[in-house]
Amino acid sequence: MSSRVEASGRDAILASLRRNAPPASPLPEAPAAIVYDDPEKQFAETFTSVGGRFVCVASLADIDAKLEKLEPYTQARKVASLIPGVGRTIAGVGRTNVDLAALKDPHELEGLDFAIIAGEFGVAENGAVWVAGSALGPQRAIFVVTQHLALVVPADQIVHNMHQAYDRIRFERPGFGLFISGPSKTADIEQALVIGAHGARSCALFLVG
Amino acid sequence: MIGHAEKAAPFAANEPRAHWHDQALWFVRLKRDRQAESIPEWEALREAAAAIKAHTLSRIADYLEEFERNAHANGIQVHWARDAAEHNAIVHRILADRGITRLVKSKSMLTEECHLNPYLEARGIEVTDTDLGERIVQLRHEPPSHIVLPAIHLKKEDIGELFHKELGTAKDASDPKYLTEAARAHLRQKFMAAQAGLTGVNFAIAETGGFVVCTNEGNADMGTSLPPVHIACMGFEKIVPRAKDLGVFLRLLARSATGQPVTTYTTHFHGPMRGGELHVVIVDNGRSAILGQETFRRSLSCIRCGACMNTCPVFRRSGGYSYGYIVPGPIGSLLAPLRDPSQFASLPFASSLCGSCSDVCPVSIDLHHELYAFRQKLVENKTVPLFKRMAMAVMTYVLARTWAYSLAGRLMRWTMPRLPRALVYGPWNPWGRQRELPPMPRQSFRDLMKHDLNNEEPK
Repeated sequence: MSSRVEASGRDAILASLRRNAPPASPLPEAPAAIVYDDPEKQFAETFTSVGGRFVCVASLADIDAKLEKLEPYTQARKVASLIPGVGRTIAGVGRTNVDLAALKDPHELEGLDFAIIAGEFGVAENGAVWVAGSALGPQRAIFVVTQHLALVVPADQIVHNMHQAYDRIRFERPGFGLFISGPSKTADIEQALVIGAHGARSCALFLVG
Repeated sequence: MIGHAEKAAPFAANEPRAHWHDQALWFVRLKRDRQAESIPEWEALREAAAAIKAHTLSRIADYLEEFERNAHANGIQVHWARDAAEHNAIVHRILADRGITRLVKSKSMLTEECHLNPYLEARGIEVTDTDLGERIVQLRHEPPSHIVLPAIHLKKEDIGELFHKELGTAKDASDPKYLTEAARAHLRQKFMAAQAGLTGVNFAIAETGGFVVCTNEGNADMGTSLPPVHIACMGFEKIVPRAKDLGVFLRLLARSATGQPVTTYTTHFHGPMRGGELHVVIVDNGRSAILGQETFRRSLSCIRCGACMNTCPVFRRSGGYSYGYIVPGPIGSLLAPLRDPSQFASLPFASSLCGSCSDVCPVSIDLHHELYAFRQKLVENKTVPLFKRMAMAVMTYVLARTWAYSLAGRLMRWTMPRLPRALVYGPWNPWGRQRELPPMPRQSFRDLMKHDLNNEEPK
């Protein structure tokens, strides 16, 4: 099929849509939405309910000690961190032993056991964490290829609901971004919940501050 | 034409399994209720979602053009397909021009609707469905039986047997965790070897020229972050005007679909991956004709959550395959006959019109009213079988005339107890196949009232 055929397809579809369009109706705003007395507590509960592991720390410097108590981290052979100082990045030595900048291709991420990534903010109503594409480093596949994931979110960056979330997201364009809410999961076999479908088998969240 | 009831018969014949299916889906419905109840503004949210969809459909061409403009600015290539054949040809050309022979797919009901997989496979492309439920039905050479839970018609033992044969898992192993782990290893190889990834689109945003894909498994993310070519296919009705409208729809979608607060991954694409390509194919395939029908255009607001299926007493007891269309349940019973009224004429009747579907629909589609309206249309156009039309004509005559109604009642009360059972429960009485008729009363309600009133009057 030539692109000329496609172009005429486009015009035909748009003409048909204009011909068949219903009468105008107004575009509403979202209704007033739920706010929580303690959004941090609500976030922690929801994140835990979706299979995530919630950990509070006073500062970034405290995360390493908490990581040492996390089995997926202590068992990991290959660890990458996208937060300077946490998991002791290449410069800081320690357990972090994958130099993401040296990877030529996302397929080289295969075999990564643990990744530490910064989340921009969390959403109390559903335990989702917004991760901007720029926080994923040179290969965005890291968040889903890694066997285990840790997210780091500042404690003062919890919004109540998804409306507030979209009020503050500024999409990187061109770019990428996503909400992550817990570890990957499936219930496709007899509705039995299994954690660890294709993406991370576990998801820890460090709330800092 | 084989109707819904005939297709449902084998499913209903396996009683324990039909019961399990019923209960499993009702469990999902209850989870949905718990999530809905956790949001005090739930009903207002549904109304807002319905109004956003209605507005968008009224200016759909403008929003699609705005999307296209912004998508181009983001480095996304936009294609348009009038029908399934054009859609399949566009996808194939993108792959063939780049010498791609291995494609991984995440869930897309549109590509099922267009029969993309067999089209590509016939042209030498290996297509792997990567959602676990979809991979299971693909290995069984079956279509999905539910749009959100594709393998809900199967038991773990069926899947254990399938994986033993196809993936070499241990014989008689049926633990869901073990089977899922085997599928993870098998599909990771497919992801690593894939040259392109194809996804559906949950929502496309006119204002930003991007789109959103929701999964729990992460399969869409694997398939679009490893290979350099990403193709996303969408019906034009997936468009929303503004990014903030996503707040409304994402609060409704997962809660309605599976009773989760949100899916694990809600991924926003606003451009190709580094060094890669991103194509969006916008498809009509009969949708614009539905847009032109005032009574039925609201069916285009559907966000494919499956809540109407989980709650439907007919779907739960008849299974997805009884509908014979890629989208089953109440919404499918509209979409299918809108596409082909004669092939799917029985579907609007596959409903008790109880209205449960309309109550749970996150975008407030008046499903049971539309199904009722569709029945009328089918009868008017004589698309309904002659026997049913004759029965309806007789009923209409009798119910509209007091004397005929009284006479019919009297005849039934007198003859029914005297007729042999074989005659009453003959093939002309489908209602009586699984049920006993109630015993005939000695007198009619009318006689009863007359009698009582006469007795009371002297007081």
